Amino acid sequence: MHAAESMACLREVNVAEPLLEIENLSKRFGGIVASDNITLSVEKGELHAIIGPNGAGKTTLISQLTGELTPNAGRVRFAGEDITAMQPWRRSLQGLARSFQITSVFLDLTVLDNVALAVQAHAGHSFQFWKNSRKDPSIREPARAALAHVGLSGREDTVVSRMSHGEHRQLEIAMALATKPRMLLLDEPMAGMGPDESARLVKLLKELKNEYTILLIEHDMEAVFALADRISVLVYGRVIASGLPDDIRKDAEVRRAYLGEEKRAKHV
Amino acid sequence: MKSHVTFRNIVVAALLVMLALVPLYSAWIGNNFALILFTRIVILAIAAVSLNLIMGYGGMVSFGHAAYLGIGAYVVGILAYEGVPSGFLQWPLALVVSGLFALLIGALSLRTRGVYFIMITLAFAQMIYYVAVSLSRYGADDGLTIYRRSQFGGLDLSNKVVFYYVCLALLLLVILIVWRIVNSRFGMVIRGAKSNERRMRAIGFPTFRYRLTCFVISGVICGLSGALLANHTEFVSPADMHWTRSGDLIIMVVLGGMGSLFGPVIGAVAFLLLEEGLARLTEYWQIIFGPLLLAVVLYARGGIDGLLAGGKRG
Repeated sequence: MHAAESMACLREVNVAEPLLEIENLSKRFGGIVASDNITLSVEKGELHAIIGPNGAGKTTLISQLTGELTPNAGRVRFAGEDITAMQPWRRSLQGLARSFQITSVFLDLTVLDNVALAVQAHAGHSFQFWKNSRKDPSIREPARAALAHVGLSGREDTVVSRMSHGEHRQLEIAMALATKPRMLLLDEPMAGMGPDESARLVKLLKELKNEYTILLIEHDMEAVFALADRISVLVYGRVIASGLPDDIRKDAEVRRAYLGEEKRAKHV
Repeated sequence: MKSHVTFRNIVVAALLVMLALVPLYSAWIGNNFALILFTRIVILAIAAVSLNLIMGYGGMVSFGHAAYLGIGAYVVGILAYEGVPSGFLQWPLALVVSGLFALLIGALSLRTRGVYFIMITLAFAQMIYYVAVSLSRYGADDGLTIYRRSQFGGLDLSNKVVFYYVCLALLLLVILIVWRIVNSRFGMVIRGAKSNERRMRAIGFPTFRYRLTCFVISGVICGLSGALLANHTEFVSPADMHWTRSGDLIIMVVLGGMGSLFGPVIGAVAFLLLEEGLARLTEYWQIIFGPLLLAVVLYARGGIDGLLAGGKRG
């Protein structure tokens, strides 16, 4: 009885624990401080958006989370484990999936091959030299499912270089989903999309929000305020505000640094 | 599914039938010239297929692939010289030594990209070349004559027809192996790493170990080609691994079609026949061959195989 109680208690503690914790993260490029003592956390199940003007260091931050860049100082913890120095591929196997701001897919392969590779990466080692992987349902079926999830069914056999920009963005997300992640890091998924495509993607992200913890970097304010549970504002590598969408909207410093500028720019 | 009866496939099938009939043709016209030429073509085609595995499918442009050709040849030559004529020992050892060298060279060169990778593979090949030049016990730069071809019990490799068919069978076996590899899970990793290595790491692949393994497999296959070459010429010399030979292999692959299964075979046949034919016309045969190669690179990016397939691959 007592043991069961403490177990339940433990489980509750786990749920309350953040999935991703960033502590005092700093990254300098020469004299430029791209990440200035950033501390933030993303709780399990939430969609945390990071906004900020161009050059605020958003992509630099994501790259340190995925391991492509190594921070000068600070720590990153994922699911309680310190991953600050972990190789990118190992982070992916731990369940941290990323989509790229500038589309980064396998242009000379087919759509299904692209997603199948993402599935394969998480299906044990790939030192299998003889069996035809294109006829392996244990890889192809989950890949088809991920494509269906993002609305790319029927495009399986298209060579990726022949697809539209919007479809590339969908493919980016399908590949991230195919790795069965515990958390998605989405770097400006709507970059370069038309209004219709953006609306479709917002709808998709609303669905994904229920299944995954998401860290979203996005320029499209309408989308961010429609989707985010919490928002952090990054300016010159520093988090100047972090909170609920309504609080962020009201925050004077944020308006001055970012939202106001954006509005002015729109009115001009 | 696409039909398998395409113009390209008919040409490839015809080429294979032609290769199979070379000994008959040679016997019919009553001299060995064609047989000897085609034995050389088949052996170098194996080397070209091995280079295509890393270059065409894996995007690793090795400019030192003749090193493995030379290593395979020297293992056979040195063992023969030291009184170990058994092919059962010579050939496996040639493969193992080539593989070990590929492991060492790959482990260092695969940490670099692009031009640096090309230069490091070239540098290693040149180092091995000069080691061979300094082997005074084994003829230094004069080379080493092999008095007995590899002994395989009842299989008599000194019979030119038998030897030709052994080489051809090994070429087909190597093509089969490469075909299975490039369509396997491993092969998809290699292709993905060629296409976008950064993305491969982001979706969870430790790409280095896969590329290195591929590099070693390629070195082993090329070492086999070297062991065959030593038996064919009954002679090994540093010239087997001169950097121009590495260049020839690259030309064969590019000419035939990178990243195509039979492309390197077509390339080896075309390159060596052109070399032979043009050399008869003029001593300066490269003056004709050069522009031909340029035309292929500029106008047929999928090589001859790409042209046959209707330019869809280019």
